[in-house]
Amino acid sequence: MNTASPTSLFEKIWQAHAVTQAPGGRTLLYVDRHLLHDGSFHAFDAIRAAGRTVRRPERCFAMPDHYIPTLPAQRSAPADKFRIKIETLTRNTSEHGIVHFGANDVRQGIVHVVGPEQGITLPGVTLVCGDSHTSTHGAMGALAFGIGASEVGHVLATQTVWQTMPRLMRMRIDGRLPAGVSAKDLSLAMIASIGAAGGTGHAIEYSGEAIRALDMEGRLTLCNMSIEAGARCGLIAPDDTTFEYLHGRPHAPTKAFWDQALAYWRTLRSDDDAVFDTEHVIDAGTLEPMITWGTSPQDAAPIGGVVPDPLQAQNAASRAGMEAALAYMGLKPGTPMASIQIDRVFIGSCTNSRLADLRAAAQVVKGRRARVPTFVAPGSGLVKEAAEAEGLDKVFLDAGIEWREPGCSMCVAMNGDIAEPGQRVASTSNRNFQGRQGAGVRTHLLSPAMAAAAAVTGVLTDHRKLI
Amino acid sequence: MEPFTLVDSVAAVVAIPNLDTDRIVPARYLHNPRSAGYGQFLFYDLRFGADGQERPDFVLNQPSHRTACILIGDANFGCGSSRESAVWSLHGFGIRVVIASSFGDIFFENCFKNGLLPVVLSEADLMRLRADVAKQPLVPVKVDLERQHIEAAGGESFGFSIDPFRREILLLGLDDIGVTLQHAASIDAFEQRRAGQFPWL
Repeated sequence: MNTASPTSLFEKIWQAHAVTQAPGGRTLLYVDRHLLHDGSFHAFDAIRAAGRTVRRPERCFAMPDHYIPTLPAQRSAPADKFRIKIETLTRNTSEHGIVHFGANDVRQGIVHVVGPEQGITLPGVTLVCGDSHTSTHGAMGALAFGIGASEVGHVLATQTVWQTMPRLMRMRIDGRLPAGVSAKDLSLAMIASIGAAGGTGHAIEYSGEAIRALDMEGRLTLCNMSIEAGARCGLIAPDDTTFEYLHGRPHAPTKAFWDQALAYWRTLRSDDDAVFDTEHVIDAGTLEPMITWGTSPQDAAPIGGVVPDPLQAQNAASRAGMEAALAYMGLKPGTPMASIQIDRVFIGSCTNSRLADLRAAAQVVKGRRARVPTFVAPGSGLVKEAAEAEGLDKVFLDAGIEWREPGCSMCVAMNGDIAEPGQRVASTSNRNFQGRQGAGVRTHLLSPAMAAAAAVTGVLTDHRKLI
Repeated sequence: MEPFTLVDSVAAVVAIPNLDTDRIVPARYLHNPRSAGYGQFLFYDLRFGADGQERPDFVLNQPSHRTACILIGDANFGCGSSRESAVWSLHGFGIRVVIASSFGDIFFENCFKNGLLPVVLSEADLMRLRADVAKQPLVPVKVDLERQHIEAAGGESFGFSIDPFRREILLLGLDDIGVTLQHAASIDAFEQRRAGQFPWL
């Protein structure tokens, strides 16, 4: 085992969790926190079939999010294929003594919203979940990554996971984001710059002035999108923003433990002599609101830009890829982004369903009417409650926008919330893959404020012109 | 898990960069238990049209390639969602080797849990292999994990590297959990140490 003193934030957390090493450089990492959801049934099935038990049920936290309906009427009586998944999670968690925030619990929501919100996610912990957007939790200074179903079973049975130390990338964001430009825009600009495979095999640590200035919700959005750059995890050193966010959360340490934890958390940052395999710098001050035009999150352009021309592609393969993407999206090169008409709008997902996201959307919507079908699915029951306490639900409802129950909803489109073939959706989610929001559906990724602007105009619009 | 052996089969080329796991198996099929057999859902919207009819131009629908055990992709194969069912779909369809210039990290990891070998070739080697296969699409390609070697139809051959731990898992068909439980004492000791150091967790 490497015994040299670690210098980067990632290595500090990694080494603190290394149980043992296998020949060839694989490390057995201890897992502090394991999030489970209604898609985790495969792993429970597998450990049951193998006659194994859950080693540390108290380190597991479960809630339905992928299959749970967001329509209030369906919520109490889901279609059978969804109900079975929700009930299976209830049964599996009760059988193994795992904390479960069920469908009627106000704490229920999308795992990646609820983890930080409950203080389950803490700086310096390792956290895994059978979901690729587990990268989100790195925003709190945790080492967090998505795993497959077999690994979920492995963590349930052993509380550990085999990993190969990734390469380290530092993404320094200088300057400040201009007003009206959000963490979502930053993430899309970053992915457009390094590519959807730019972070493959890496852990990305975000640093720089713009990151320090970001609120917790913005940091969660940015780390969430790390996987769309190919990186299994994103990471931000915890600071006072993190500690203030965490203090008093139900699962965060209290009293003497809080002080002890805080002293440790303050050591969790990359030292000046930390070495990174790859470094990138982005100037936040030059960014604009971003929208995707293609079928990979890397296919993003500023709202003031145009749909790019495949003839300008760097090589034949990339040209063919762009042509296929534009054919699927039904777009012509040179079309101004701000002229693309849309059919519906989705505001939600583990990327953008937190209170700050809903406030940003409501600010644009206030006093206007939606021109296309639009719905909002808050990230958790507590986000929903907080939004209602400040009247955001009323702003949306007055605009003719549906106000739904929490869940993954039309991001992964597994709970019946899907769009129609050929429909063009402005979506605050994280993936514009072919067929992601329903077969033949065309997805444009954007920020909550931009989604709201699209909702009230029916066309992709620079939201800054509406405020 | 069944041990991985030498694979000798025609190779199907799906040269789509960033081929995400949503396209390998659409989310609408994920409610099925694994026992339903995920091979039927593989590349569903690429294999079938909106009318449910096979798309005859898709390589895995061609009679010569319906039983292909080798799939040759492009860059960033299997990016996106962590769904292990993407691997189950490939394996269930009969694919035992996927060759690409890079893979999504989670997909790559999932392959080893299910007896599917992901091979990373340099972009140049991948192009050379694809050119070779294009010339003689009906001639089998041989993939030898033991020797870490690929032999293509036209006599082109390629070495590949693989982490020895993962190679052994595949060759012996080992169960990961079984391997890890041999370290149970280390895990116990780690937990005790950690409880003293980080009592708030």
